[in-house]
Amino acid sequence: MTTIWPELELLLAKVQKPARYIGLEDGSQRPHHDQRQVGWLLVYPDAYEIGLPNQGLQILYEILNERDDALAERAYAPWTDLESLLRARRLPLFSLDTHRPAAEFDVIAFNLSAELVYTNVLNCIDLAGVPVRSAERRPEHPLIGAGGHCTYNPEPLADFLDFVVLGDGEEVVSEITEVIRDWKAGGRTEGSRQHVLRALARIPGVYVPSLYEATYDGTALVAVEPTVSDAPALIDKRTVADLADWPYPRRQLVPLTEVVHDRLNVEVFRGCTRGCRFCQAGMITRPVRERPAEQVRHMVSEGIRRTGYDEVALTSLSSADFSGIEKVVAGTIADAPNGNAVTVSLPSLRVDAFTVGIAAEIQKARRTGLTFAPEAGTWRMRQVINKLIREEDLYAAVESAYSQGWRRMKLYFLTGLPTETDDDTLGIAELGRNCVEIGRRYHKGNASVTVSVGGFVPKPFTPFQWFGQNTVAELQRKIGLLRDDLGRGKGRPSANRGVQLKWHDPKATFVEGLMSRGDRRLGPVIEQVWREGGVFQEWSELFAHDLWVKAMADHGVSIDWYVYRHRTEGEVLPWDHLSAGLHKDFLWHDWRDALAEVGLPDCRWTPCYDCGACTGYGIEHIVASATPPAGGSQGTGQDLLGGGAVPVTLLGRKPEPVVAAS
Amino acid sequence: MNPANTRVRFRFAKLGKVRFTSHRDVARLWERAVRRAGLPVALTEGFNPRAKVHFGLALPTGYESWGEYVDIDFRAAELAAADIPTLPERLTPLLPEGITVDASVAIDPRSPSLQQAVTSCTWRIEAVGLSPSEATTAADRLLAAETVTVTRQRKGHDVTDDIRPYIHTLAVLGPLPGHRPAGTSLEAELGTQPRGLRPSELLGALAGDERRLVLTGDDLLRAVANDEPILEEGLVCRTHQWVDGQGARHEPLAAPPWATRAEQRAS
Repeated sequence: MTTIWPELELLLAKVQKPARYIGLEDGSQRPHHDQRQVGWLLVYPDAYEIGLPNQGLQILYEILNERDDALAERAYAPWTDLESLLRARRLPLFSLDTHRPAAEFDVIAFNLSAELVYTNVLNCIDLAGVPVRSAERRPEHPLIGAGGHCTYNPEPLADFLDFVVLGDGEEVVSEITEVIRDWKAGGRTEGSRQHVLRALARIPGVYVPSLYEATYDGTALVAVEPTVSDAPALIDKRTVADLADWPYPRRQLVPLTEVVHDRLNVEVFRGCTRGCRFCQAGMITRPVRERPAEQVRHMVSEGIRRTGYDEVALTSLSSADFSGIEKVVAGTIADAPNGNAVTVSLPSLRVDAFTVGIAAEIQKARRTGLTFAPEAGTWRMRQVINKLIREEDLYAAVESAYSQGWRRMKLYFLTGLPTETDDDTLGIAELGRNCVEIGRRYHKGNASVTVSVGGFVPKPFTPFQWFGQNTVAELQRKIGLLRDDLGRGKGRPSANRGVQLKWHDPKATFVEGLMSRGDRRLGPVIEQVWREGGVFQEWSELFAHDLWVKAMADHGVSIDWYVYRHRTEGEVLPWDHLSAGLHKDFLWHDWRDALAEVGLPDCRWTPCYDCGACTGYGIEHIVASATPPAGGSQGTGQDLLGGGAVPVTLLGRKPEPVVAAS
Repeated sequence: MNPANTRVRFRFAKLGKVRFTSHRDVARLWERAVRRAGLPVALTEGFNPRAKVHFGLALPTGYESWGEYVDIDFRAAELAAADIPTLPERLTPLLPEGITVDASVAIDPRSPSLQQAVTSCTWRIEAVGLSPSEATTAADRLLAAETVTVTRQRKGHDVTDDIRPYIHTLAVLGPLPGHRPAGTSLEAELGTQPRGLRPSELLGALAGDERRLVLTGDDLLRAVANDEPILEEGLVCRTHQWVDGQGARHEPLAAPPWATRAEQRAS
């Protein structure tokens, strides 16, 4: 067994937070390495404390380690202090589980959850001792893959990734393993890398960028088309039909040191049909697939018992929408071992009093923070983005929370949304003040609200994919409006004192926008920023705006064209050869509806709009209850309390594999 | 202390990779293990109740130990006296690999805290990059000196101290074994009151002029860039914590015989 531990341990004594690099978490595995197995190194390209809780990575880690022909270990991006020491001592990126050099694995697979980690991906590949450009890799080098939400537009990383997976990974990792296993058995001979890439391209859901060519007419993209017969013209995402088949992670990793989201996490459903037009996650993960309530209850009680956590988060894009939410919550509290109190948290609260009622019920022992996401400051703006929360819904939720003992809460908003006027922006401050006023009725001067404002980044496969992002200057101006309006002192509304304004750096928003809708011509920009030291761009203390602007200028890449320009209906988008199952004309119509300020109710309990997500996969929304959940209407006009049964069926047909001669 | 509670003192070892967890991390790991074991731990009052766990002298992150101690309060009515000796074998599987609970005894809650009681610690120190002969010369120099004045950081400030009174013993054990980096094994007993001397500070005093003691990443990068001869801290292990008894010193809790055997094997 090869390990760099003896050299590494001398360095760990000299870095910050060395517990990031030791592994040993409860639930971690130290697989035996056998030449006949496919070795996967699963990498989260950010700091350990951000990456460890990632559920996607943990799910694949378990599924791969359960296979006889595969093994998986984990790695995270070494912080800059350790990276310098590794380079000085000529040591490579390593796995956490057995401290083995990354290049000894057959596949290095990255989780891409955020655009700002792209330079870290290049850094990790380089630190592994692998050429950063896929064209320069040879048979002895590992294959470099990626999955996660950002892969719905992987074009900016096309030069660096050997393969990309779209959609749910549970099934496709096994199909990929089988292809790579055969490649290994064949000896990874000279020239064989091209063959394995072509074999991977035949797996549904797998995209091999090097087998496609982008053509341009001036600045305009004309097409991204396959150059070989066995690469499909359209790559469809993978969708797991039934979450009940995948009760993972079975053994969630329990870290030895502090990480974000340090609690048990149980995914209660995947997908969302609320139809918020800015939300990429809600669009690309359709249809809705709920986990059976009994399985959720089992995963919670077993997880609490095994891990010793006293907090469980029921995760999804909108957990209060889960059909069995009340039963699951009651069961969780009843199942708590030794009478120890277990706190349940719902990370994505719906904005209504009903939800707050649940929150109060489940957090008798210890209260976590309450966060609501109205997303926009006026009803007009919320109709545009289809976040159909009425002001009275928000106030009822806030009042319910203050009256039940909470003294502070957090409100999330976006600015820079399509059609946004200054009145809409200032509506954010007004909502914040009104919430504080409500709180004062219960807690006098102690009531407060944190208003957190992020710049809007248009994302692929959303109705807003055609929208020209606000400029840095415009976002800064809007944040300035809010700061002025929420100013304190003589003559200012006294409620301003209860509002804390926080905002995301518009310059970082700009870089996210660049990556979000960029194409292959951004490869050299990313590479230059990385070579000039721009890593950990998610971290404000290391974010290097100037490096991005300089690299774009050096490569003749126009910020206006890539970020600020509205796209037209007929324009070829860099992700048009990929599919999240959504019809492009559905998205276009929804974009037109947005501009006309027309909202669209949730389709789980109303007729289908034919977005394409269900029909394309032969799956319908799988909800454990045919009746909509009790509770707030969210202003959709749906009579959720009265119910209204809709037939729920599951066809469960998986996409047929593409069979083609190589 | 609440008379309804029983205070139990545990002795544990922290060895191997887990030594890179911090003092704070170890406290959280203990709380989680006690909760998983379903033990009736006493909780603090208040909005966010916490287990009543009292640690001794913090072990610097990265150092190993054969003898760490923690005192935990339990609800007496729910913990039978006969259960107390069984706690090590129940807790060890619930703690990470490398943390082994070796002994547990009910103690008088009025006895002085671990922080106050321990007056010195014995350390096994790997001085990587220092040859046994260099080490012997340097150790003789230190032991012969009346005073050894060093400037060290305490709570963010530079403090100049005479560290000589803290060096109770210092012995050169010999070269490091073949599977370890080149260097010398040292053993030292260092005082802990009132301020305590850390092994890294002892090494700094041993380093002399011809070798740079490398403690931080920046030190190492500079030394590598300039190709300087360096002295690094290898494995450092706290082998004993000592309490001054009447006439003879002793450990806060003796190691069971099998743990002592493990020590002898390791040395």
